[in-house]
Amino acid sequence: MNTPFNFHLTKFSNEAEILRSEVREFLSDALKDIPKETRAETWYGADEDFSKKVGQMGWIGLNWPKEFGGAGRSAMERYVILEEMLTAGAPVGAHWISDRQSGPLIIRYGTEKHQKELLPGILKGESYFCIGMSEPDSGSDLAALRTKAEKKDNIYVVNGTKLWTSGAHRCQYMIACFRTSQEEDRHGGLSQFIVDLSLPGVTIRPIIDLAGRHHFNEVIFEDCEVPADMLIGEEGNGWNQVTAELALERSGPERYLSSYILLQELVNEFSSRNDDEGVTEIGRQMAHLTTLRQMSVSVAGMLDQGANPALEASVVKDLGAVFEQELPNIAHRLMGLEPDANGSDFQRYLAILTQISPSFSLRGGTREILRGIIARGLGLR
Amino acid sequence: MLSETSQILSDTVEKIFSDNVTKQCIINSEKGEWPKELWNEIIENGLNLVLVPEALGGVGGSWFDAGILFKAIGKYQAPIPLAENIVAGHLLGLGGIPLPDDSIVTILDGEFSIKDNKLSGISKRTPFGSSATHGVALINDKSSSKVILLSIPKDSISDDKNLALESRSNIDFMDVEILSSSEILFSSDYILKIGALMRSCQIAGGLEFLLDQSVKYANDRIQFGRPIAKFQAIQQELAVLATHVAASGVAADYASSSMDDGCEDLAIASAKSRVDDAVSIGASIAHQVHGAIGFTYEHGLHFATRRLWSWRAEYGSGSYWAKSIGQKAVASGSKNFWPSITTGKI
Repeated sequence: MNTPFNFHLTKFSNEAEILRSEVREFLSDALKDIPKETRAETWYGADEDFSKKVGQMGWIGLNWPKEFGGAGRSAMERYVILEEMLTAGAPVGAHWISDRQSGPLIIRYGTEKHQKELLPGILKGESYFCIGMSEPDSGSDLAALRTKAEKKDNIYVVNGTKLWTSGAHRCQYMIACFRTSQEEDRHGGLSQFIVDLSLPGVTIRPIIDLAGRHHFNEVIFEDCEVPADMLIGEEGNGWNQVTAELALERSGPERYLSSYILLQELVNEFSSRNDDEGVTEIGRQMAHLTTLRQMSVSVAGMLDQGANPALEASVVKDLGAVFEQELPNIAHRLMGLEPDANGSDFQRYLAILTQISPSFSLRGGTREILRGIIARGLGLR
Repeated sequence: MLSETSQILSDTVEKIFSDNVTKQCIINSEKGEWPKELWNEIIENGLNLVLVPEALGGVGGSWFDAGILFKAIGKYQAPIPLAENIVAGHLLGLGGIPLPDDSIVTILDGEFSIKDNKLSGISKRTPFGSSATHGVALINDKSSSKVILLSIPKDSISDDKNLALESRSNIDFMDVEILSSSEILFSSDYILKIGALMRSCQIAGGLEFLLDQSVKYANDRIQFGRPIAKFQAIQQELAVLATHVAASGVAADYASSSMDDGCEDLAIASAKSRVDDAVSIGASIAHQVHGAIGFTYEHGLHFATRRLWSWRAEYGSGSYWAKSIGQKAVASGSKNFWPSITTGKI
């Protein structure tokens, strides 16, 4: 046996490197007034003005085909924008999901009407999407979802609850997976819809996380009438569509850069100390970062070639979450400072990241689910 | 995805090793026997010449090509100094010196002095010193720096071994005549750096073997009425092993490919540090999954794990290399930190 993984090194083109300097220049100006806490939140941080500026630069939908209003550039070039924004702590949260997966889904499965009506707003950084997958009794076991969409003439009547919906309160749309029929195969009978969240029968309730932030929501559908033409893709093909979406959701640099700012701040702190232990630990984390980046970039390269790197994406996401969860602990060990929301910059970063780090191995597929996927790839199940 | 040369090298080395590196071959080597047939196959196929320039009769391949061979050595635990001979070919090639015919070359490392074209000094823990006919060293005089080639007098060798019972000899040169020498420029840690690259790749290959063996064993071994591979506890452990194997392969590839790009300091240091971490986790999981049988000499798992435990400490441990890049990072400050990752320059 050889390993089932296909990681091949992929290099950035000169064009991508030119784009990198443009992004750095843009960010040095655009981030001037962004508070430190927001920077530590990276893609949990949302700022609509910032998203609009990114849209004006033409950096949303960068790798979408030109016929859909994208720039027709490569996934590798898009990767440059993402990693530069994340390491600079840009508040990309508002447009992040639409750019990463809702837009690509609409391009792949949407009707011409969906594309004409919805893509321009995404590209401008004005129209935001959330993902409606999890439910109260359907977390890792996605196929257990129960929210029903029953067809009546030219509408679907939706009843049920979506849970842990990130950013629903600031999004206009949800791409939701509902049950349209009961099938013997539990993966059957699922369908995806584009739901306008301003429709009657939609209630969005905040769920406050352990850090006191409003990020998650509970979205309740009560006899909500979704026009039948807002079904996206094929009725009953939801499972396959969602699975394809997950490869996009799991492969990006946001899966290992969430705590990056702490490593950069440690470099800063240890510049003025003579501390071999700290310096060695910093170097060790650099080695992890360098390697994860090469792995993640390799996945972007595979996307450019039209491959489906779902297995490799799971490997990167699992290792990435371990790395980004470990950094707050390392920062604690090396600095011995109390995480304090009102303390020094370092203490404030530490306060945020220590608290939000448990989510890194939950969101977008739990550690156990990812390892199950890897085990299947190894031929163990 | 591989270039044509890379693919040919990969196929050739896999064929030679899978035919020749048997368990018995490794056991015999541990007892001090030189695997003559295996080595002859290597020489006949010119695999030792991968980094020798074409003008000197070599393959003129890339470091990435060499990396493929280094990884195969680890994957099969080939008990021969192929990596060292490839690197020797490179070092001599820098000075326009061909690899001597019918030679087994090793890389010397130590404090040497030269007088009247004769070398003195001790090369410590020289890899495969007990079988080597020749040695290559980089010498930094006050006035010049050069690569030299000399033959190794048998009576100068006092043999020692690493954990995997690979020869790591101390060689005491006393006025030994230099066969060839040529002035070249190199950084003072060049041998250490290339050594770290070579061992990082070997470790990546060895880890691949651990995963392969562990998956096979888990699928074969029945307990509680089913293969242990069917237990989630085992699946999760093996998935973790797989992630570290994947990371080590990428870290090693990035190191060798950065060497080709002439921008290798961060990549090589990262690779050695990364694979060292992977050995700690990987060897532990592989042995745990194998249970007691993997702890016996009879079973072959240890041919890989004992090598990994030695190799991770050779040519600078993971911590040594982590410290080296950590020092450079803090010296250039947090503003330059991210750019150093994207350019690979530190």
